[in-house]
Amino acid sequence: MDQPTVYPYIPNSAPAVKRQMLDEVGAASADDFYEDVPEELRLRRKMDLPEPFLSEYGLKRHVESILAKNKTTGEYLSFLGAGCYQHHVPAVCDEINRRAEFLTAYAGEPYDDHGRFQALFEYASMMGELLNMDVVNVPTYDGFQAAATSLRMACRLTGRREVLLARTISADLLSKIRDYCKRSSEIKLIGYDSATGQLDLDVLEAAISDRTAAVYFENPSYLGLIETQGEEIARIAHERGAVCVVGADPVSLGVLTPPADYGAAHGADIVCGDIQPLGMRVQFGGGQAGYIATRDEEKYVMEYPSRLFGLAPTRVPGEYGFGDVAYERTSFAIREEGKEWVGTAAALWGITAGVYLALMGPQGMAEIGETIMARSRYAMLKLDGIAGVTAPVFRSPHFKEFVVNFHTGKSVAEINRDLLARGIFGGKDLTAEFPELGNSALYCVTEVHTKEDIDRLVDALKEVV
Amino acid sequence: MAQQDISQHRFTDGKPNLRRFHQAKWDEPIIFELSCEGQRGVLVPEVEGEIRKEVGDALATLPESMRRNQPPRLPELAQPQVVRHYMRLSQENLGADLNVEIGQGTCTMKYSPKINDQLAAHPKLAELHPLQDEETVQGILEIMYRFEQMLKEISGMDRFSLQPAAGSAAIYANVSMMRAYHESRGQAAQRDEIITTIFSHPSNAACAQTAGFKVITLYPDEDGYPDLEALKAAISERTAGLMITNPEDTGIFNPRIEEFVRVVHEAGGLCAYDQANANGVLGITRAREAGFDLCHFNLHKTFSSPHGCGGPGAGASGVTEELARFLPLPTVECDGERYYLDYDRPDSVGKLRPFYGYAPVILRAYAWVMSLGAEGLREAAEIAVLNNNYLLKKMREIPGVSAPYAKGKRRIEQVRYSWEELAQETGVCSEEIGVRAADFGVHYWTSHHPFVVPEPVTLEPTESFSRDDLDEYVAIMAHVAEEARTDPELVKSAPHNSTIHTIDHAPLDDPSQWAMTWRAYLKKVGRR
Repeated sequence: MDQPTVYPYIPNSAPAVKRQMLDEVGAASADDFYEDVPEELRLRRKMDLPEPFLSEYGLKRHVESILAKNKTTGEYLSFLGAGCYQHHVPAVCDEINRRAEFLTAYAGEPYDDHGRFQALFEYASMMGELLNMDVVNVPTYDGFQAAATSLRMACRLTGRREVLLARTISADLLSKIRDYCKRSSEIKLIGYDSATGQLDLDVLEAAISDRTAAVYFENPSYLGLIETQGEEIARIAHERGAVCVVGADPVSLGVLTPPADYGAAHGADIVCGDIQPLGMRVQFGGGQAGYIATRDEEKYVMEYPSRLFGLAPTRVPGEYGFGDVAYERTSFAIREEGKEWVGTAAALWGITAGVYLALMGPQGMAEIGETIMARSRYAMLKLDGIAGVTAPVFRSPHFKEFVVNFHTGKSVAEINRDLLARGIFGGKDLTAEFPELGNSALYCVTEVHTKEDIDRLVDALKEVV
Repeated sequence: MAQQDISQHRFTDGKPNLRRFHQAKWDEPIIFELSCEGQRGVLVPEVEGEIRKEVGDALATLPESMRRNQPPRLPELAQPQVVRHYMRLSQENLGADLNVEIGQGTCTMKYSPKINDQLAAHPKLAELHPLQDEETVQGILEIMYRFEQMLKEISGMDRFSLQPAAGSAAIYANVSMMRAYHESRGQAAQRDEIITTIFSHPSNAACAQTAGFKVITLYPDEDGYPDLEALKAAISERTAGLMITNPEDTGIFNPRIEEFVRVVHEAGGLCAYDQANANGVLGITRAREAGFDLCHFNLHKTFSSPHGCGGPGAGASGVTEELARFLPLPTVECDGERYYLDYDRPDSVGKLRPFYGYAPVILRAYAWVMSLGAEGLREAAEIAVLNNNYLLKKMREIPGVSAPYAKGKRRIEQVRYSWEELAQETGVCSEEIGVRAADFGVHYWTSHHPFVVPEPVTLEPTESFSRDDLDEYVAIMAHVAEEARTDPELVKSAPHNSTIHTIDHAPLDDPSQWAMTWRAYLKKVGRR
């Protein structure tokens, strides 16, 4: 007779203890527990699933055999970015986020999980220094969610519906915002100067009105250029009582002015973005996590849907305690009366980004920003020297990414296919997303790209284009 | 001299004594207090001289207004000090690997297999960029495709999207698809109400509200079942849909679920099944047979991926063929030979997050199913339910605790207990019991708000816990209940063995005092 399978992850699958427990509760079999499930709803057959690999070794072989079909940025030279970035991940980041105490914990209270509260408070605190803002949330899902929520916060703050978005944002983010703000907002796109990629201020002035809740742009933009008119844009928004929302790549802020500081008066009111560049591997897009930051004003704080962890005293002098700030605004507390919703999001990546910022410090953040600018500038100069190639397309300063135009008659898809054959992942094809840019691609160069890597790309492109 | 029998002192009347636990207490400073000027934790790759020569001062391309003029006031630490700080914080955190993690009912805290963590960290996944040529990502696309086929069989639904970032994001995806469905029929303006139940997760209500619907919440009937008469009273031509959990957070399975679905369908609405509590019914009953149009799973709950202190998790939204055209972009397809992403779906609700879902979480979920198969999944469900009913019997033996509703019935995956009797007798409330439980090294969670069950505690033992684990948890509950009678102050003044002592919550709700960052704190105490 076949022995029943004993599953290592299921202690009470061992037959003896299972029988004893069934006896203890007076059940003949597990079937007794499902008496409320009507017969017509029962699945009276075995599910049709693949045969399992019961041994750990068999499972490992199986999964690795599938993963082996992937070719990675470790094996190929990659110039892909567009929202997911290949930066060096310090070993300490992996070491900490693989600690089982953090990895396997969930939603414990401060008395069980003090460490989680402190680590996330510190993450928010270090982001606050980088952004020069006093309030930062416990991470939301990703930069898209952070942007969409920031816009809805702006609509609630102003009691208005219209949001103006820079046309240079990605098609995917626009799609997200269109869905998420469908019933709350009307969306208008503000065009850009075709030579510089900078937001067209005349169009903005013409579009903005007393109905405008928010003006949103990114810095650096999705297309990699640095928007240099932050002060003017913030002023135009504020003159009309609108909220200035800026999406910012945090890894740029060691060298770039934080959006809150655009101009002498208030710059951005809400800053948001994705923290994946701060210590998360690319993971096929699995390293994304979103941040939202504001000034410490009650009206702003009360519009956050996310959890906010605050510092509080305990009954022992000198002991740091933590807890939820203004919990009563959340859907956990008041369901549909709360602001949007809160739930499981991306806390572990917040802890990791905190580790990253602690390792880098002010000097590291300044150096990495400068290094990225130097390397990407070198790449632009070299690429622009290839006949039939223009880089960058926009006459503006850039950070990390830039648009490359190919005008040799060969399409970006063909060029990328030929680069792939040479072990290179070319930049993201923009031809469908930004048809007005012609035959163009978005290239990304970070601190991980050496001179040799960039020269290799240039040599390959000389052959290919 | 003979060796002392140490072990005999660990038992009383043949039963193990309660653990003499104390949580790690490092009294760790805030990281800014560890800063020492000039120290470095990691160095950045140096720019080659040739690049320098070619580029000059890269920052010179920036206008003055865009050049950061004050460096961020980040802490400055050497690497050993960063590691030690975070190691200490990690120790002050009670992960599921450390405790009998049955006290976070509704969260399905099950064991996350280590092999799956190793596979998720594999460079063949960790170093994969989402925008690579499809030919170079065939492995991960195959995993996603195969996992979708599994979910289809587990639920009976026709298509899934793995894009939602977590459970609530999947709930939102389902509301968004319901909205798109009614728009496609020209009924979006008319159908502006979503019905849910109070024992369904609050995100059902909150996501519906976020998507622009008015929310109607049904309360249970006397026996704790969702109230069919209340549903019939709420339903109208304005009904867009029903969003409901089953079993609900009370652990009670709604036997009339088919009728609920029928009533909503007859009124022209759609039905979305929140399967956050699916763990106890895997292989037993499915969304399809009950007639649902949409459902969702939490891959970090039912499918074992670790919870990461609150994510990343992953959600999976399933729909019938009729609704498949509304799924988020893109879907993962297979033409028989190769896997590809399909963006040519004009009716889609669009992108709900960047790229395609939390790949490492999806991979773990796939590996978990592949380690168990159909029989193993059903075994997981049955043992989870056996554990729950065993726990129910043992908990009921504690004077002062009850399991409201469905008298004499079994429960599925969890139970929402009530300490009302004990609270009335001793003045000790459920939250205080929970804080005292932390002194014995376990988590404890009351319930979502509002507390419909008075003095609630929600326990969900899953399949990962042994009988001894369950007995230990019950012994802690019995001990604390006894303390509430004999020494209520001891319970009320807890925690005593935690990292910290009782927090003064007042500053957290006072705008003049609250501090979500260290800089805000320094300003409020006048040090910056």
